[in-house]
Amino acid sequence: MTNGGTATAAGATAAAAPVSVRDLTVAYDEKPVLWDADLDIPAGSLAAIIGPNGAGKSTLIKAILGLVPAAAGTVRLFGEPYERVRKSVGYVPQRGSVDWDFPTSVLDVVMMGMYGRLGWVRRPGKSERERARECLREVGMENFAARQISQLSGGQQQRVFLARALAQEARMYFMDEPFAGVDATTERAIIGILQRLRDDGKTVLVVHHDLQTAPEYFDWVVLLNVRIMASGPMEATFTPDNLQRTYGGKIAFLK
Amino acid sequence: MSPNLVIALTAALAACACALVGVFLVLRRMALMADAISHAILPGLVAGYWLARGPNVVAGFFGASAAGLLTVWLTESLTRSRRVKEDTAIGLVFPALFALGVLLVSRFFSNVHLDTDAVLFGEIAFAPLETWRLGGRDVGPTALWSLGALTTLNAAFLTLFYKELKLSTFDPGLAAALGFAPAVIHYALMGMVAVTTVGGFTAVGAILVIALIIVPPVTASLLTERLPTLIALSVAVGVAGSLIGFQLASAWDVSIGGMIVSTLGVVFGVALLLAPRKGLVAQSLRHARLRRQFAREALVVHLATHEGTALEDSECRPAHLQEELLWTADMASRTVAEAQAAGLVQPVDREGHLHLTDRGREVAEDVAKR
Amino acid sequence: MNVLRDLFLDYTLRNIALGAAVLGLVSGVLGSFAVLRRQGLMGDALSHAALPGICLAYLLTGSKAPLVLMLGAAAAGWLGMVLILRIVRHTRIDPNSALGIVLTVFFGFGVVLLTVLQKRNDAGQAGLDKFLFGQAAAMTQEQVATMAVLGGAALLVVALLYKEFKLLAFDPEFARSLALPTRSLDLLLTSLLVVAVVIGLNTVGVVLMSAMLVAPGAAARQWTDSLSKMLALAGAFGAASGIAGAVLSVTAERIPTGPVIILCVTLIVIVSLLFGSARGLVWEWLRQARHRREMRAAMAAEGGTTP
Repeated sequence: MTNGGTATAAGATAAAAPVSVRDLTVAYDEKPVLWDADLDIPAGSLAAIIGPNGAGKSTLIKAILGLVPAAAGTVRLFGEPYERVRKSVGYVPQRGSVDWDFPTSVLDVVMMGMYGRLGWVRRPGKSERERARECLREVGMENFAARQISQLSGGQQQRVFLARALAQEARMYFMDEPFAGVDATTERAIIGILQRLRDDGKTVLVVHHDLQTAPEYFDWVVLLNVRIMASGPMEATFTPDNLQRTYGGKIAFLK
Repeated sequence: MSPNLVIALTAALAACACALVGVFLVLRRMALMADAISHAILPGLVAGYWLARGPNVVAGFFGASAAGLLTVWLTESLTRSRRVKEDTAIGLVFPALFALGVLLVSRFFSNVHLDTDAVLFGEIAFAPLETWRLGGRDVGPTALWSLGALTTLNAAFLTLFYKELKLSTFDPGLAAALGFAPAVIHYALMGMVAVTTVGGFTAVGAILVIALIIVPPVTASLLTERLPTLIALSVAVGVAGSLIGFQLASAWDVSIGGMIVSTLGVVFGVALLLAPRKGLVAQSLRHARLRRQFAREALVVHLATHEGTALEDSECRPAHLQEELLWTADMASRTVAEAQAAGLVQPVDREGHLHLTDRGREVAEDVAKR
Repeated sequence: MNVLRDLFLDYTLRNIALGAAVLGLVSGVLGSFAVLRRQGLMGDALSHAALPGICLAYLLTGSKAPLVLMLGAAAAGWLGMVLILRIVRHTRIDPNSALGIVLTVFFGFGVVLLTVLQKRNDAGQAGLDKFLFGQAAAMTQEQVATMAVLGGAALLVVALLYKEFKLLAFDPEFARSLALPTRSLDLLLTSLLVVAVVIGLNTVGVVLMSAMLVAPGAAARQWTDSLSKMLALAGAFGAASGIAGAVLSVTAERIPTGPVIILCVTLIVIVSLLFGSARGLVWEWLRQARHRREMRAAMAAEGGTTP
């Protein structure tokens, strides 16, 4: 009802949409954090999820991936429930969710992205190492392969996480605040990679915190504040009106 | 005084003293530090024994308290060095000190009656037997005097520094900014814990002391959020548990200390299940209620979305609801029934459609605005 | 050397040394995961929680066979662990307090059971509380064998599921997104901790168990940044402490085995903290001192221009 500008795919093609969410609701204690979310992301988009703090952006991603329990609603990825398409989905969690003092090298972390494909017990071998190095090359970190992760800067850590997601060789990627606390060079590098992914036909869904850069980086936007306020192509949807409804109250919108 | 009364009073006083110091310990999430201190005081006792050349209550007391503070300081220095995490630091320091203590006892004081069993278990049953001789007269059981003093001391500490403790527990940054030196308060509290542990264990054993320090405050925290109530409830739970435990132990002829601890455990378990808001039962009832409420709201919103649209015919059937909202037949029919009862939805019409009432439409609007 | 010869020929020393070595190896490796996952104190809680299990095992079966008692300890420890996890997950009670409650309540209940056994006038009861304080000196070949089998099985699980445990310890959220059954793996890893605790109870006793678990891993971490090397080193440190403790306690008088093992491993920790790799505290202090000297020299050079 308030999905102004929703470019909802019609019944037939919705089945193959990378992300198709209906009535997704997540609540902690008695407070709904995500309410009645309806979402369709078309294939090959580089989409941003934008909204104020505490608006449920991370929760949306985690609920789609089944990392938090949903009180109601359904999620379909490429027309299937998540469990069946896990291997096609890459996930880059928030950097702060991990203990960077853990004794492991950069290369090891990237190889973790391949654990899903290796299956139980099997150890990563030479081809996995090679693939991991390639992913590191893509993010510009190939010289850091043997580095202990506690010695990395924020931007470098983010790139390692990105490389790990690339190693998953997914058709779709979910990323939670990949640009938080990284330097400008890293940010440019990352968005370059994301755009390359999009150009390769992958779908990328990113929780983004910076209103300034959103129109420049992304071609699809989801405005979220507990409820989905709007979702659609960037130009049509990223309007002062929609932003005001999302952020509630006047925001100084610098163009 | 009858021996039974002495024991009961001892237990009750121990519960008071421990609960008073335990509340802030638990609030600061340092419950296990108390456990660590209770073990690490052993070398302190040994040192006191050695310095005083014989069993001496005061020397032992000071030695143990010093050992307790040393434990805290070592643990925190270790954590501060950032080479190990906090829980590892705790798990390293107190066993090392305890091992040192046992070694010293075995090697140099093996003829001493420092029964390690007693150090850990203590025996409250002996409380009536040890009495204090003051000026040649028997003034009553030592345990009562020492625990009474301890309770008074702890109560005084809590009263005098109530606001400092409260502030530094919930907002150490602000406390520091206001000049209340959280570090000083911290060590003072730890000192009280050490003193209480030492004073308590000679009467009732280290295990019981730790239980009395940790379990009542945590139990009370399930029942209230207000600090004064928390303190009062902690003391109440501790005392009640002690008295009941003592009665049961007498009836079944088992270890008094152990029985008190077990009783406290049962009380905790009951609170865990039945606490009004935080208890497990209350939580699952609330979740169920929430689910049903969401379901009703989802129903209403769904109907409102499709009202008057071309798809109304197919979308507003109960069977379709199951499919779209992924409800079981059971859930669907129950939700519809509840929605009807709440006056949100009209009864299913002859073609099998569901329609909103005006009130239902209102609710849908509200939900959208939320 | 006499000691070396005795290690192989003397029945008692060999058993104690072997048992302590097995214990050191297993707790070193499994404890390293506890260190990394901040579960160091879980070992303390588990070892206290084991008491009622041991008593019940004896009460119900009348047997004091090591395996029976260990199973009882494991069952109680496992139950305690599940309770702790449940309490933490379903309430806002913090993990520290949850550990403390389970620890003391289980132990208190165990004490009650001990007195029940005492009343039955079973001479057999006498051995049980020694089980709690560690009676390594009386270790039998049977006990060593049981420890070796259980410990070996646990280490095998770690070897097989190495990469799964590694990912679980490092990034559980990512692990879940990969379809790893993280909850089951978590339970499994913590269950292995129960095995380590149960093996160790007989040697070092309840109070000292937590150090046996975290000390080798904490020490090993100071020397390496690789998980596999850390595990290997931790196992080695643990085993070495075990053997050293055994030898010292047998050759010197009135030195109890458990405590001296702990003191050995603590010594290793201290040395590691001071001198380990590049992060050793001594190296850092030297660096800081040199830095200060350089700063002073630089400032003197700048400020010391004479007109």
